[in-house]
Amino acid sequence: MGNTNQPLLLQGNEAIVEGAIAAGCRFFAGYPITPATEIAEGMSVKMPMVDGTFVQMEDEIGSMGAIIGASLTGVKSMTATSGPGFSLMQENIGFACITEVPCVVVNIMRGGPSTGLPTNPAQGDIMQSRWGTHGDHPIIVLCPHSVEECFYATIKAFNLSERYRVPVILTTDEVIAHMREKITLPPAESLEIIERVRPNVPPDWYIPYEDNSIGVPPMSAFGDGYRYHVTGLVHDVRGFPTSRPDEVDAFIHRLHRKIDKGLPYIQEGEYFLMDDAEVAIISYGSVARSAKQAAILAREKGQKVGVFRPITIWPFMRGAVEEILKNVRAVIIPEMNMGQYSREVKRVDQGYARIITLNRVDGQVITPDDILRKLKEVY
Amino acid sequence: MPEYTRLIHNYLRHDKKFPHVWCPGCGNGILLGSLIRAIDKTGLSKDDIVLVSGIGCSGRLPVYVDFNTLHTTHGRALTYATGVKLAKPSLNVITIMGDGDSMAIGGNHFIHAARRNIDITAIILNNSIYGMTGGQYSPTTPYGMRASTAVYNSIEQAFKISELAVTAGAVFVGRQTVYNAKLLDNLIEKAILKKGFSVVEVVTHCHVQYGRQNKLGSAVDMLKWQRDNSIPVEKAAKMSPEELKDKIITGILVDKDLPVYEEEYEKVRERAKGLA
Amino acid sequence: MAKVAKQAKEGKTTKTTKRRKTVAIDVYKAWCKGCGICVAFCPKGVLAQDEEGHAYAKNLEACIACMQCELRCPDFAITVITEDRLNAGKGGSAHG
Repeated sequence: MGNTNQPLLLQGNEAIVEGAIAAGCRFFAGYPITPATEIAEGMSVKMPMVDGTFVQMEDEIGSMGAIIGASLTGVKSMTATSGPGFSLMQENIGFACITEVPCVVVNIMRGGPSTGLPTNPAQGDIMQSRWGTHGDHPIIVLCPHSVEECFYATIKAFNLSERYRVPVILTTDEVIAHMREKITLPPAESLEIIERVRPNVPPDWYIPYEDNSIGVPPMSAFGDGYRYHVTGLVHDVRGFPTSRPDEVDAFIHRLHRKIDKGLPYIQEGEYFLMDDAEVAIISYGSVARSAKQAAILAREKGQKVGVFRPITIWPFMRGAVEEILKNVRAVIIPEMNMGQYSREVKRVDQGYARIITLNRVDGQVITPDDILRKLKEVY
Repeated sequence: MPEYTRLIHNYLRHDKKFPHVWCPGCGNGILLGSLIRAIDKTGLSKDDIVLVSGIGCSGRLPVYVDFNTLHTTHGRALTYATGVKLAKPSLNVITIMGDGDSMAIGGNHFIHAARRNIDITAIILNNSIYGMTGGQYSPTTPYGMRASTAVYNSIEQAFKISELAVTAGAVFVGRQTVYNAKLLDNLIEKAILKKGFSVVEVVTHCHVQYGRQNKLGSAVDMLKWQRDNSIPVEKAAKMSPEELKDKIITGILVDKDLPVYEEEYEKVRERAKGLA
Repeated sequence: MAKVAKQAKEGKTTKTTKRRKTVAIDVYKAWCKGCGICVAFCPKGVLAQDEEGHAYAKNLEACIACMQCELRCPDFAITVITEDRLNAGKGGSAHG
């Protein structure tokens, strides 16, 4: 891992690379795309230094396939991309969901749709990160809002993907990815690193997709003597394709139950000046930095404003949001999109609070002044 | 005295439902037997073999055999295989693909895997049709032939898989028919043992879709056609293009050596650690 | 092959080496799909299909144990059982 215990000036993308290495990632497959290329470049330099592997594939589809293949041999693996590449990866992300192969997909959001605004920030992939691949599938999406958090969120992404055998999307916007901030990398021993549970039964007793109390079956690695079958078809507990309704139903429900059961561990959010807040700003990624500044300025004018910042975007932090909606008179939701996260807030709002959205889709960051102007509607 | 069926049974998954899913007389079954015999001859341990397939009739092959098996998405078998091989080079990675799987949706991955020269054996079941989905034409359906999406006959020129593999840089390329199962065994064995990206194009038949729509008869008739239209590459070298029209040129088309990707990457690791 | 060599040494080989006698051809009906490939490509016309389409040895004596049927059976449903295999079968399986 990079030199620890002394302050560094790192870019968000660089902190993601350091976080991945600290988490034990030893395989990266990627494809160049602004604004995520620095991750691939960093990995190409650092993976071989730690006996890992970097490969630049012919496209993002191949990158996603390669990291799944690598993870199946027991190696923690990651890829990184942005909107257009993220769209190409969706089918294979779905494969990782159904085969429950741990892996991390970094999506640095830029202006969309299509080629959009390659060098401008945006937050327009929020719904895609949840529903980009077809069918009912489990997924976890985390969103850091600082360079330091890029490091720790990457570790959390790997830990969650190993613990729940699910692909974890680490998403933030171009501002966070490209900005530089001071960060002191912690010593490796201080970090909690989670490894997937391996089978402890002999090979001929191993039932690869058998349900258990947490709904996450132990996972052996190719070459370990547990010669099992992995398929994108719905499969029974032994991994063989099935279309028997009872087996399919149990399988799909298990995929979701394993995440639902883990929500207290998976979901994490930051409460900033929220204790006595009458008005809450719900925001994530770089916008949350402006929200915090706006809250500070508003407080100076005696306005009780706080910020709730979901770090876990998906699964949606319904409990936390409902609690906030019940305790404030208004919620402001600034996003660099047309209001994708606010749709979820509105979905759970039973008329508890007034919801005001602030949406910028001009490729520019949302500033504290933008938010302060919006606050005038409630003060 | 050779012993095939019992030997094959040793490699099948005993808890998997047989008979397998392919149609009566399908060449995929013959290839599976050939693959097992070839693997048996290499002496490789079951634990170290990873069979990766894509989507289509060919995709259903790995589930039947007692190896580490991986049934991936359509056209992407080679990308998963690349991840497996680079992350754990000690594994012997073999991909099983169809003609549509490898040449249409998977074409881009195929030429890059060949260019990269990763030590993977790519076995392609070429039956010139999309069988699983009901007989649509594929990149290897010959010009003028009929298919469910070419009822007015196909107007496209077909790929020659082996020649394309040679051009893309594969270090070992061979073609054989399922009729010549014995020669196919030997070809697959060589391909598996070869260091670098090896391609085996298996000319097989789909009498249920391609055969029926083009009135080519039964599986037996199509096997006879394979027998009567295949020409070893050595003999073909002395024949004119007209004589070779619509013939199947069998045997090894290229067998050369280039730096193997994962071995080169080990050197990258040394260089990188030298700088670290 | 060892057997043939042994015979040669003892000068017993006739002009055409004597084939191991095929005692049975086992067709596993649960797997045989009646595709007819083994029947069509048997060089000695040993095999035929019964009314259900399953292969069977119509004239077993003609069998020369060339294994073409085992080689091309897409469903691994046919096994040629010859004398030495049978004996080998008694003294522990012929192979692993």
